[in-house]
Amino acid sequence: MKIAVCIKQVPTREWQPRLNDDKTWIREADASFEMNEPDAYALEEALRLKEKHGGEVVVCSAGPSRVAQVIREALARGADRAIHVEDDGLASADGFVTSAALAGAMRDEQFDLVLTGLQSDDQGFAQVGVILAEKLGLPHATIIMEVEVTDASRGLRVKRELEGGWFQWVAMPLPAVLTIQSGINQLRYATLKGIMAAKKKEIRKAAPAAGAAAKQKIVSLYVPEKAKKTQIIGGSPAEAAKELVKKLREEARVIQ
Amino acid sequence: MIVVIAEQRDGTLNRATWETIAAAQQLAGVVGTPATVLVPGAGAAAAANELAAADVQGVATLEHTALEPYTPDGFTAALQPALAELQAAYVLLPHTYQTRDFAPKLAARMDRAIITDVTGIKTAGASDPAFVRPMFQGKLTADVVPQGSGPHFVTFQIGAYRADQAKKGGAAAIRALSVTVDASAIREKPEAPFQQAKQAVDLSQAERIVSVGRGIKEEANIGVARRLADALGAEIAASRPICDAGWLPMERQVGSSGQTVAPKLYLALGISGAIQHLVGMKGSSTVVAINKDPDAPIFEIADYGIIGDLFEIVPAMIEALKQ
Repeated sequence: MKIAVCIKQVPTREWQPRLNDDKTWIREADASFEMNEPDAYALEEALRLKEKHGGEVVVCSAGPSRVAQVIREALARGADRAIHVEDDGLASADGFVTSAALAGAMRDEQFDLVLTGLQSDDQGFAQVGVILAEKLGLPHATIIMEVEVTDASRGLRVKRELEGGWFQWVAMPLPAVLTIQSGINQLRYATLKGIMAAKKKEIRKAAPAAGAAAKQKIVSLYVPEKAKKTQIIGGSPAEAAKELVKKLREEARVIQ
Repeated sequence: MIVVIAEQRDGTLNRATWETIAAAQQLAGVVGTPATVLVPGAGAAAAANELAAADVQGVATLEHTALEPYTPDGFTAALQPALAELQAAYVLLPHTYQTRDFAPKLAARMDRAIITDVTGIKTAGASDPAFVRPMFQGKLTADVVPQGSGPHFVTFQIGAYRADQAKKGGAAAIRALSVTVDASAIREKPEAPFQQAKQAVDLSQAERIVSVGRGIKEEANIGVARRLADALGAEIAASRPICDAGWLPMERQVGSSGQTVAPKLYLALGISGAIQHLVGMKGSSTVVAINKDPDAPIFEIADYGIIGDLFEIVPAMIEALKQ
């Protein structure tokens, strides 16, 4: 099976947001970046499918030069080679521009299966996998918790997560695109051997296809307005804990 | 026309549809275009009767074998001609898992903008409204304007509008649409939905909940949270990563993929407050957040907050509760 995994590089969870001068994007110079978590699960699922069914795992990322970091990490975890669609404009691209960039570089590869995370921890569109499927003319399923290859790489049966603890199995022909939910598997980490091997693996660079116009524009980016007035309780841990218990008893009256 | 695509199953509406109607009514006031509700799928007529009470220009039903059971291919093929017939300028949907599965595909097929997980509508200068949506896990908020020709697709975060905000009118006219779809083009073959395990714990009935997130760091530390829950007479719950790791069973997960809760007291320990978690608990009467990150989005909706190390604060709380 020839499997593609689309990964994105996003700011780390610990990153404190800072805005650029015109307040339409973040100040990237201040940010530290990591692999988008759902994409890491998609990569792990691809590596497990390869171990079971053979084939190749190709990691694909659309972004500025900095995304080489997460591409190297994916190669160190076991991906065989990579495609990097490189352009500075892709850092803040919308779902259409990102999908078009990926589709342009992936189309000729004729992948059997394309995996990606269900959404990214930065812009959080939850769109790229689905739009990519449409652009590649492939069927798709989203928010996947289990993948079964049913018929010698010609068919799939996947477990979709629905809301409120419900699930559903869906069958479809290959090739197909799946968006993977976090927690589908247990992640592996790169070994020293993997890190060394990654240095010799191929990263093909591609330019984004021309003519993909953005379909949304951020006119203003800001720290959210507070919906509630939060009483922040200060002091030492012991003092704060005591004060909180007092307030929950006497003010909110939610405990005895 | 502003078209709301209703979500229903065998005639039973997803409540979030009413929330989206409330958003459509606000948008109608901003752009001066009337709203109509499009109800796809078997049972559409029954759901349409309920929706006709809304203050909208009309309700359209769309029943076709391609819509049953739900598939993204079937929905995309059937809804595209229906939206053309309704001359949609905006297409509004609740940001449910089903919407996430087909709406980006439909927008891509029509080569139109789609703005997801929207929490509000703003008038940005001219007549073009901006849509407010969270970004970077809720750390920032963006005002976003769709680009290019309409119809523009907009999906609304669950709970961003209240269902009871939707204005009721007289009796909106109901009409049935018909479309031609090549059902053989549907590639996905779904099986019946099922529940993984019978929910043994019904957190929705709990009066008090102590919920743990990534800040708990390791499985062994769950015990600290349990002791606090015992001292408070509370149920223990968790955000998704904790259940993914198997530290607490899946049935104790709160959020869009788990249970929706509304206790008197919701005490969040080391939970940053990702949107997927917040939608499951923001109906709680009193929210307490204990987190070392002062910028954690959980503080946006907390009534009381302590910024600090939960491993120092929680034992001190257990002590204080003894007094």
